[in-house]
Amino acid sequence: MTSSPPRMERLVAARPRLLSFARLHLRDNALAEDAVQEAIMAAIEKDASFAGRSGYETWVFGILKYKILDTMRFQKQQGRLQPLDGESDDDAIDRQFQENGRWHEHARPENLGNPDKVFENEHFWRVFDACMIMLPDNIARVFSLRELMGLSTEEICRALDIKENNCWVILHRARLRLRACLQQGWLKEEMA
Amino acid sequence: MMMCKEATRLMSLKQDRRLTFQESLSLRFHLTMCGACRQCDRQFSLLHRAGAGLESRLANASGDDASRQAGPGRSE
Repeated sequence: MTSSPPRMERLVAARPRLLSFARLHLRDNALAEDAVQEAIMAAIEKDASFAGRSGYETWVFGILKYKILDTMRFQKQQGRLQPLDGESDDDAIDRQFQENGRWHEHARPENLGNPDKVFENEHFWRVFDACMIMLPDNIARVFSLRELMGLSTEEICRALDIKENNCWVILHRARLRLRACLQQGWLKEEMA
Repeated sequence: MMMCKEATRLMSLKQDRRLTFQESLSLRFHLTMCGACRQCDRQFSLLHRAGAGLESRLANASGDDASRQAGPGRSE
């Protein structure tokens, strides 16, 4: 396949984007740098196995995903991951609901707009990024594996060695926190 | 009747697995009555699409504008 610019240049150009993806998952600069470095090395070594079915960058992102998962598994084995606690209450979520289980007025979900339009807006992605960063680590980890990487909850349970029910509880919290944060950051600033 | 907090649990679950008939029925019933929860349901779907779109957005940001769209293209 003849691609212009050559693949080395494309790797260099993609590096910052690979890094932001890795950072969202690993939430640690050094770990993210390492994962990206390894992915780039692997992409260079395996260059011949790039079949051209997908775009080159998509292929490299695929390699990076494996590296990110490896890193998480390793951290898990080392006992470096904050335990996932699906039982205790989450204040950030309780603040959205009244005691009777209805929405608090200030937290009532609003229309975020047509997704196709919203996704074209750079500002939306900055808010999304910021909201991801504000999630607690253990919640963010499960959410990003599920929604950014597209793993099933079954696969996540295997990777992180947790119960599926626990996984669902955590994803529920992640989504409620994120939706509140997005609504705040996106709608409020859009009007400003 | 099911309250909003419980309804959001089912809306979230729906993004991860197929709801049982009973769950699906009670969620649908709640959604017909509750506008705030209908918005929340849309927000969860938007989050799902955003998550899926993020990678393709980053992977395709290198000036290949035709495929730049942050579309879903991934099954639930």
